[in-house]
This record gives sequence, structure tokens and C-alpha cells, in this order.
Amino acid sequence: MNLSLELMLQLTIIIPFLATLAIVATGHKPNLREGVTITACLVLIYLVVNLYQGLLLGNSISVFWWELLPGLSISFDIEPLGMLFALIASFLWLITTFYAIGYMRSHAEKNQTRFYLCFAIAISAVMGIAFSANLFTLFIFYEVLTLSTYPLVTHAGTEKAKKGGRIYLGILLSTSIVFLLLAITSTWFVAGTLEFNLGGIFSEDVDKTVAGVLLVLFIFGIGKAAIMPFHRWLPAAMVAPTPVSALLHAVAVVKAGVFTILKVCVFIFGIDLLAVLPTTQFLLYLAGASVLLASFIAMRQDNLKARLAYSTVSQLGYITIGALLATSSGVIGSSMHIATHAFGKITLFFCAGAILVSLHKSKISEMRGIGKQMPLTMIAFFIGSLSIIGVPPTGGTWSKWFLMMGTIETEQWVLMMILMLSSLLNIAYLLPIPFHAFFPNLSLNKALKKALNSTSSKETNATSNNATEQVAPSGMTLTKSQIKEAPLPSLIAIGVTTLGCLVIFIYPQPLYELATAVLTGGK
Amino acid sequence: MIAHLPVLQVIVPLMAAPICLLLKRAQLVWLFSLITSGLAFLISILLLQQVMATGVISYELGGWQAPWGIEYRIDKLNAFLLLIISAISTIVLFAAQTSIEKEIPKSKHTLFYVLYLLSLTGMLGIVATGDAFNVFVFLEISSLSAYALIALGKDRRALWAAYQYLIMGTIGATFILIGIGLMYQMTGTLNMVDLSQRLPEVAQTRTVFAAFGFVIVGVCLKLALFPLHLWLPNSYAYAPSIVTAFFAATATKVAVYLLIRFTFSVFGVSFSFTTIPLQTLFMALGLVGIFVASTAAIYQKNIKLLFAYSSIAQIGYMIVGFSMATVTGLTATLLHMFNHALMKSAIFLALAAIVYRLGNVQLSSFHGLGRQMPLTMAAIVIGGLSLIGVPLTVGFVSKWYLLMAIIEQGWWPVAVLILLGSLLAVIYVWRIVEVAYFKEPLANQTPVKEAPLFFLIPIWILIIANIYFGIDTRLSVQVAQSAAMTLFGVTP
Repeated sequence: MNLSLELMLQLTIIIPFLATLAIVATGHKPNLREGVTITACLVLIYLVVNLYQGLLLGNSISVFWWELLPGLSISFDIEPLGMLFALIASFLWLITTFYAIGYMRSHAEKNQTRFYLCFAIAISAVMGIAFSANLFTLFIFYEVLTLSTYPLVTHAGTEKAKKGGRIYLGILLSTSIVFLLLAITSTWFVAGTLEFNLGGIFSEDVDKTVAGVLLVLFIFGIGKAAIMPFHRWLPAAMVAPTPVSALLHAVAVVKAGVFTILKVCVFIFGIDLLAVLPTTQFLLYLAGASVLLASFIAMRQDNLKARLAYSTVSQLGYITIGALLATSSGVIGSSMHIATHAFGKITLFFCAGAILVSLHKSKISEMRGIGKQMPLTMIAFFIGSLSIIGVPPTGGTWSKWFLMMGTIETEQWVLMMILMLSSLLNIAYLLPIPFHAFFPNLSLNKALKKALNSTSSKETNATSNNATEQVAPSGMTLTKSQIKEAPLPSLIAIGVTTLGCLVIFIYPQPLYELATAVLTGGK
Repeated sequence: MIAHLPVLQVIVPLMAAPICLLLKRAQLVWLFSLITSGLAFLISILLLQQVMATGVISYELGGWQAPWGIEYRIDKLNAFLLLIISAISTIVLFAAQTSIEKEIPKSKHTLFYVLYLLSLTGMLGIVATGDAFNVFVFLEISSLSAYALIALGKDRRALWAAYQYLIMGTIGATFILIGIGLMYQMTGTLNMVDLSQRLPEVAQTRTVFAAFGFVIVGVCLKLALFPLHLWLPNSYAYAPSIVTAFFAATATKVAVYLLIRFTFSVFGVSFSFTTIPLQTLFMALGLVGIFVASTAAIYQKNIKLLFAYSSIAQIGYMIVGFSMATVTGLTATLLHMFNHALMKSAIFLALAAIVYRLGNVQLSSFHGLGRQMPLTMAAIVIGGLSLIGVPLTVGFVSKWYLLMAIIEQGWWPVAVLILLGSLLAVIYVWRIVEVAYFKEPLANQTPVKEAPLFFLIPIWILIIANIYFGIDTRLSVQVAQSAAMTLFGVTP
């Protein structure tokens, strides 16, 4: 096919949108309907990959659609950061679709046509966000994303879903209407433009106080980045079916939030201005507090999805910190963390959904010993956890490395401590889950002691025997059952994303190059 | 023919009204009214084109020269209003016959169309004329027919609502008449252009101050500015649904037009905003109105009442834009008049469809309606989103301009209040969404079908207009902006 890059750019937004029509038309034939979704995914990936190659060749790709109000247009432009986001989202949409087919069918969910329909609109909105050339376009698609995901969050239609949806919509809409819209109109008034421009759009003699207040409005207004105290919508959104939590609330929606923050920091303020604003330090500490507090809350959650949600809140804080550090390492680290966290967290959510579908368990306390029934899932969970923690051989290592470098470069020692402490907390709230799944009879603390001090065996043996007795009943019942993995399409999806975590570690070059190109404008 | 367009705009529906009485058969009368209203719409398009191309059109009624005879004076501002009124009237009329079948006894159908056309005549007349006394005449035509239309509602409370409106409306009209009389006493003229030239000479007299006060209070009664809004909620809630759809979109807009016309064209900006502290007063009343009415809307169980309160809140936005007395502020007001007409007519028509199927619009009857009447409910949701001001709907366009106008003045707290106000809209719209989409239909409730096409077509024309004019803002913004500039005497 010989499509121009400009056309392809527009198609990335139009194709998922058109897919909705086909999904509705084929709604009564589930196989055909899912076929439509998968075709749309494949076409989208093809388009995005082509655009990526076009970008690598140094083409500048931009499209002007429509001037909505004088000076405010809907237009698109590709730069490395948006490319990165689009690549991740389009690729993971395909994987999630496979996962969703297995999940939704074996869970016998109702209204699946509406589910796939809203999913496609959400992806269309994500593409719009990723490629938007100005803040105005971004804001429009940002709101479309909020509204199109509301029916997904409330999919179950129960009272609980309704309450979750209320919090979801309430926080996302009010932050965007009150803070973000005010920030955008004020920026338009002060700077006279909303076009993204590397190095910022404010003139040099802009009032630092005004710009500082605007930054606060932006960070608060971009509620999708879930910076405390505006994070409550994310745990509330966990009432959604797991594929939604996986793609939207670990990847698309939250990443749209931090992506917007990065865009605003780099392309509206510019990192030079950002570094001298009076409010930056305050916001850095706020994000730091968000990282730490969310980790602590995550530790206390017994519901697996809730724990993962708080973990996401915490990890989003990393990305915000990276953006606000206003150094190249910070921005590179944040950009890479968008990708590595996406792969890690989606794997964890996939696993959580698999456990729910196969064993009908959602509480962590009930998950001891499930490694026998779901060995592959739990191995994937283990690898995903490593990526979130940021240790080799997983992708998370790289992004956390650069974020750490950023804090050292700017001598933000407090933040560095926070990042390190939070990584430790990650270990504490993620690793026990796969550990107990495989070794239901051991408690992690004892095992660590054992590993550290294997010679002093007598005492340890005695206590671990005690532990065996305590958990024996559950261990007994579990040994009787056989392997009971998730449906095959879901299992394949889990495999792919897990592999992704590992591949990014071994082969981080393309990701790193995209991330570094963010600050050089792709040249 | 073209030269007579300004008067034809008013004469056509006026003449058509008595003809309705001769036609007798309800279907025929409906078709005839529809065609009449359509003709009025066509005329308004031609007028707007002509005004945008060549400037103000002055038409001398009966050939009498301007200050002595009655002058019809069409500029950008009222051409815009004529377009809004006649367009909404036509689209709403399309659904009228189906809707009144269930709500109005058959013997009164012909009467309904007569009143409807008279009311339309009155509104078009108020807007088209350039003569202050003529304004009062048409105001009475439109008001009297409005009282009767509201009283046609099937609920007996409609009578009480109409009576309430009659009292308040008459006070308003009388105040306007007293104001006009005082102006005539001081200047000896009733022609608006003439008035605007003669008033400055006598501006510092107490009589002119009193005239101004009477006119403004009278007009504010008609436009239901908080706290003079008490007649509105019940009138809208208990009037026949079609009447509500028509009035919610047009009647208050006509009053806002009068406010703008009298303050800007007749008394002049400097008198209205410098000599009299109108700015502070209107800003405060507008903001309080937004919050009080939106909060009241949240607690309503009757959905027509809910959106009636929402209308009062929306008028608050228009008044806030107006109170800034800047070109951008006035543009925002004019834009919101156009945009709000689109939203509210769509929403109230959808409610009319629900009344047609269910017989009432109590929130408790909305259980499961998202499934039973998907297209109608979707229309209410999109209309609601437009009301909230979500991007890609018309509501966003007016909100953007209003915010720009406020930020231009540097009134940050007001900007925050305006945005908080739209959060209240989120709450009252979402209450309906939750009931319609999350509650299972009640056991004793018989399932209903989707609304008939006679409803769906006009509803969706309006909904698509809500989205279309939210994306292609050239027409609305251009006209509103140049009308605002003309009023300030700035050459565009």
C-alpha cells in the first residue's frame, strides 16, 4: 500500500472509530465481532509502525484538521514521545483484545458489544492524545477518553459499579473542568498560543508566579495522572472487568495522564523554565509523597486489583517526578517508564484476571499455593513484579536507573531516598504474592532469613514447621486439584507481555533512542 | 418581495394564525403551521444573509418615515435572534401533532396552533421592530398567547402556573410600558435610533433614571433573572411538553435580547454601565443565579422542573457575560443564547417524547429507560453533556468564550466560580443517567417502546446541530462576534 504518512496519521484515529460501526453491525455474531476488533488492531499496529519508521527517517508528519475557534485548531503532529505512547497503546490493544476474548467469554459477561465498542472509542481517543499538535486538541481527546471509559468502568451495572463510576467520572471530570480547562484558557491568554513547542511557549519575561500557579493547575488538572489527592478514581475504577483495568487503568488512561504531564512540562513550559518556577519543588514533593503513601496503602490491600491500583498510583508518581525534575535524564527516565511500567503492570493485571476467571479468587490472602494450579500465570506474575520493582532481567531496570540519575543530577536527595524506599516497598507488597503461591508453607520472612543464613538451620526449621501446621488445611486441598490455567487466548496474552518485560531489558535500544529523541525533537 | 422581508417575517405567522381557525382539521392545521413556520425560517435566513452582506436593513412600515412611522430595523443582532427563534419553532412544530395528541384534548388542537403561531409572531415582532412601543405590543401578543398555551397543560397545576406567570408577566410588561412612557415624555419619540440620539441630552434627569430602572426590572422579570425567576419553573414543568420545548429555547432569549437592545442601543453603554452600577449588580445576580438554580435543579424529582431550573442557571451565564460590558463578554452571551437554544430544545423535545410514552417525567419513571428508549435517552445524555460544556459540543464553545472574557478582565475568582457551576450541571445530568441506565425497570411498570419518528427526527436534528455547531463554529462565532462589535460601535 502506498499511503502517505499524513493519511496514515489520520487513519490511526479514524480506524478504531470506524471499527465501532462494524462492531455494532456484527454485534450479534461474537466471533465476527471479535474478528473486526482484531483486524482493526492489526491495521492500527501496521499504521503506527509505518509512522514510526517514517519518523525514524526524519520525516515531519503533521496534519491540520479543523479550526474550531479562531486560532484554536484540531491538528496533529508526530514527535517521539507521542510515537512511544502510540506504539505501546496500539500494541497492547491487540494483546488485550486476545486476553479479553478469553476473559469475557469464560466470565460470561453481558453487553460485550458495548464493551468492545467503548474500548475502540477509547483507543481512538488515545491515538488522538498521542499525536495531538496542541493542548487544545489534547484536551478534547482527553475528555473523550474520560467519557468513553465510563461505560467500561460501570460495565457490571451493579450498585457497586455505579458508585465506582461516580467517583471515576466525578474526579476526572471535575479536575479537568475546574483546573485543566482554567489552566488551558489562561495559558492561551498569557502565551497567545497552545501549540506544543519544544522548549515551551511562554516568552522569557513571563511572570514566574503566574507560570508557577499555572503549573500547579496543570498538575492538579491532569487527574488521569492520579497524583494524590486526586487519585481516588483509580482504585474506584477497579470495579471494571479486568481487561479494562489492564489496558485502560494500567496503560491507556493513566499513561494519557502522565503523558499529558510530560507534554505540558516539556512542550508548554520547557524544561528550562520549569527548573526556575517557584512551585516546581512543592509539586516534586507532592509527587514524592504520592509515591510513598500509595506504596504504603498498597501494602495494606488484600484485594489484588486494589493493591495493583495503588501500586499504579505510586508508579505514576515516578513519571511525574521525572517530568518535573526538568533534566534530560528525568525526561528520558519518565518516557521509558511509561513503556516499562505499561508492560509490567498489564502483565500483573492479566494475571489477576486469570486468577479470578480460573479460581474465582480476588483476595491475596486466598492465593497461597495457587502456583500449583496456575504455574505459568504465577511465573508471569513474578516477572511482572520484578519489572515494576526495577531489577534485572526486566525492563523496569532501565527506567528506574534514569529516574535515579535524574534525582542525583539535580541533587534531590530526598526524592532519591523516596524512590529507593518505594522500590523496597514494591518488593514487600508484590513479591510475597508469587512467593506464597509457590511456597504456601513458608513465610517470606523466614525464607529470607534462611537464604541469608543457611547454616543456622535448626531454629528456622522449627519455626517453619510451625508455619506448615498453620496453613496446612489450605495446602491440603490445593494439592488435590490439578493445573487450571486461564483460557488459552488469555494465557497467550500473558506470555506476550511477560516476554515484553524481558525483551525491553535485553534490547532497550529502540526505546532508549525514542526517549532521548523527545528532547531533541526527533532530529 | 425581497425589500419587504422584514415585515413579512412578522406578518406571515400573524396572518396564518386566523387562517388556522378556518382549516379546522387538526392534521391540516399542523401542516399549515409547519409550512408557515418554515417560511418564517426561510425569511430569517435571507435576512441574515442580507444583513451580513450589506449591513443594517431599515424598513418603514406603511411608507411612513422613520421617527414618525414604525420602523423595522434589522441588524446583525436581531437577524441572529430571528434565525434562532424561527428555526427552533419549525423543528419543534414538527413533533407537535404527535405530542399534543396525548396531552391536549382534541377539541383544542386548532386553538393550540393558533396560539403557537401568535406567540411566534409576538417573539419575532419584538425582535424585528425598531420601535419601543411596538416592542410592548408584540410583548403582549407573545405573553398573552403564552399564558393560554401554558394553561393548556393536562396537569391541573398548569392553570396555577399560568396564573402565576400571568401576574408576574403583566407586572413585567407594565414596568416596560412605564419605562417606555417615561422615555417618550422626556424625548417625544419612540423610535429606538431616535431615542438613542436624544436620550444623552437628558441622561442626568431623574426621569430617565426611573425609565431605565423600570425597563430593566421589567425585562429581567421576563428573562427570569434570579431572584425574579419564580414564575418560570412551574410554567415550564406543567405546560404541554411541546410548548416547553419552544419556550425554553426562545422566550427567555427574546427577553435577553431586549435587555441587550435597551442597554446597548437605546441607553448606550456609557449610561448603562458607567452611570448606573449595572456591572456589579448583574455579575452578582448572575453568579448567585447559577449556583442557586443549579443546586435547586439537583434536588428536583420532576425532570422538566430539573431542566427548568437549569435554564435559570444558564440565563445566569448569559447575564455574567453581559455584565462584563466587553466585546468578548457580549459575544459569549450571544453565543450562549444560540447554543442554549439548541441544547434545551433538544432536551425538552426528548422529554416530550418520554411524556408521550410514559405519561410523566418523574425521575422514578426513568428506571431502565436507557434500554427501552435508547435513542431518546442518548439524546438527553448528549444534550446534558452539551449543557456541562464538554468539548465538541456547543456548550464548550460558549464556555470557552465566557472564560476568555472573564480572564481578559482578570477576574480569576469568577472564572473558578463559573467552572464550579458547570460541575453542578454534571451532578444533575448524571442523576438522570444513573437512574436511566443502572436501575432495572420497576416491576409494576409496563415496558415502553422507543419514541415515534416524529419525535426522533427533530430531536436528532437538534442533537446533531449541538455537535455540528460545536465543531464548525464559523457561523455562530462570526455572527455573534460581529453583532457584539456593532453594538459597541467597533468596526469589525
